[in-house]
Amino acid sequence: MPSEVVIIDTGVANNASVRAMFERLGATTRLSRKPEDAIEADALVLPGVGAFGAGMGLLDQCGLRDPIRARVVDGRPTLCVCLGLQMLFEESEESSGVLGLGACAGRVAEFPQTVVRPQFGWNLVAGDATETDGYAYFANTYRVTQAPEGWSASWSDHGGRFIAAMRRGDVLACQFHPELSGAYGAGLVELWLREAEVGATC
Amino acid sequence: MLTQRIIPCLDIRDGRVVKGVRFQGLRDAGDPAELARAYEEQGADELVVLDVSATREGRAAALHTIEEIRRVLGIPLTVGGGVRALDDALALLAAGADKVGVNTAAVERPEILTELAERVGRQCVVLSVDAAARTDDSVGWSVVTHAGTRRLALDAVEWSRRGQSLGAGEILLTSWDRDGTLSGYDTDLLREVCAAVRIPVIASGGADSAVHMHEAFEAGASAVLAASIFHDARHTVDSIKLELASQGVEVRR
Repeated sequence: MPSEVVIIDTGVANNASVRAMFERLGATTRLSRKPEDAIEADALVLPGVGAFGAGMGLLDQCGLRDPIRARVVDGRPTLCVCLGLQMLFEESEESSGVLGLGACAGRVAEFPQTVVRPQFGWNLVAGDATETDGYAYFANTYRVTQAPEGWSASWSDHGGRFIAAMRRGDVLACQFHPELSGAYGAGLVELWLREAEVGATC
Repeated sequence: MLTQRIIPCLDIRDGRVVKGVRFQGLRDAGDPAELARAYEEQGADELVVLDVSATREGRAAALHTIEEIRRVLGIPLTVGGGVRALDDALALLAAGADKVGVNTAAVERPEILTELAERVGRQCVVLSVDAAARTDDSVGWSVVTHAGTRRLALDAVEWSRRGQSLGAGEILLTSWDRDGTLSGYDTDLLREVCAAVRIPVIASGGADSAVHMHEAFEAGASAVLAASIFHDARHTVDSIKLELASQGVEVRR
């Protein structure tokens, strides 16, 4: 496993769960919002809770836009969670006029009016981006419905099919919260950590 | 498809679990982290911890308890009961809660919901509504606070709707008439509140069986909270889920 996992410090308070998961997996974690850490980290986590506009605002303010975009485009070990997945795209219905990282073509849109929003709870995840099918915990109002080119995808259904997770190289992006998805989520992250290490030694 | 959630609830005072919790195979049945872990292993979809401490020292102990639970718990954790002000909520989130339940503080100063939602996102904000049927000749339910001792003029359905527009991402709806009675959730109350909001509603108060939970889901609840049904080891979360699944309810198993 990488010696250290760097977690982007988004300033909102969900880092405790992410850190606890990595510590249960035997990894050490460090919070940072420095561009050099985003460039150099063997393994980087882009967590995300809160609004698209506020999240991108923080990345811009800290000079993190280009470093994160570059490592995602290069397929270097990066785990993006919830809003972290959404920020990879060009824009979101949640904060119109705000530019996303643009590492993936496409737009994030709200769930249809016909379903309960936010989507809170466990939904079945199935597809190529995740090693096994299983239930994962979601807490989101916005989602992506088309897989970007070059990425494998796993899907869930809430008022229609949406991307639950997507993968390209050593980048794993989850719309769900692996840190809150019990043994299923921890298993996916453990595998990602192991593969990140393989990549780093090649 | 989104599954229906089963949420055990632990009451803690001064950092320890209160109410008789008997779990097989646990030496110290009062240790919150051990119980939390046991519930996750049984298949709990989330955990709610309510801090019923009456003192400042008790609430400080609760923060430490939340940190200990977070270390071992890999499912969502909602903490309520001790939130008097915005800073209390932020401290609970920093200690490891994923969501905070706000009750009396929101009744007294509704803007706290908006401030919290703007700071941490509405998915972290749970409005706890304690409701009791009106005892005068009028119909409906009023909001009660201070452990049921104060009955307000505020209408519970209207308050839920307003809470949603102020910033709540979820409503934890407790029937004060049914709490502790084991006679089933107040499905009339649930139906009214679920029809009034589009955010998820967690049913609380009165559960004693999978049948009661099934009734709550049919009334529109997205999740059910239960305490005593699990604490006395008559049922595990998994045995309840097995029964619900056989009744056609979608649960995570």
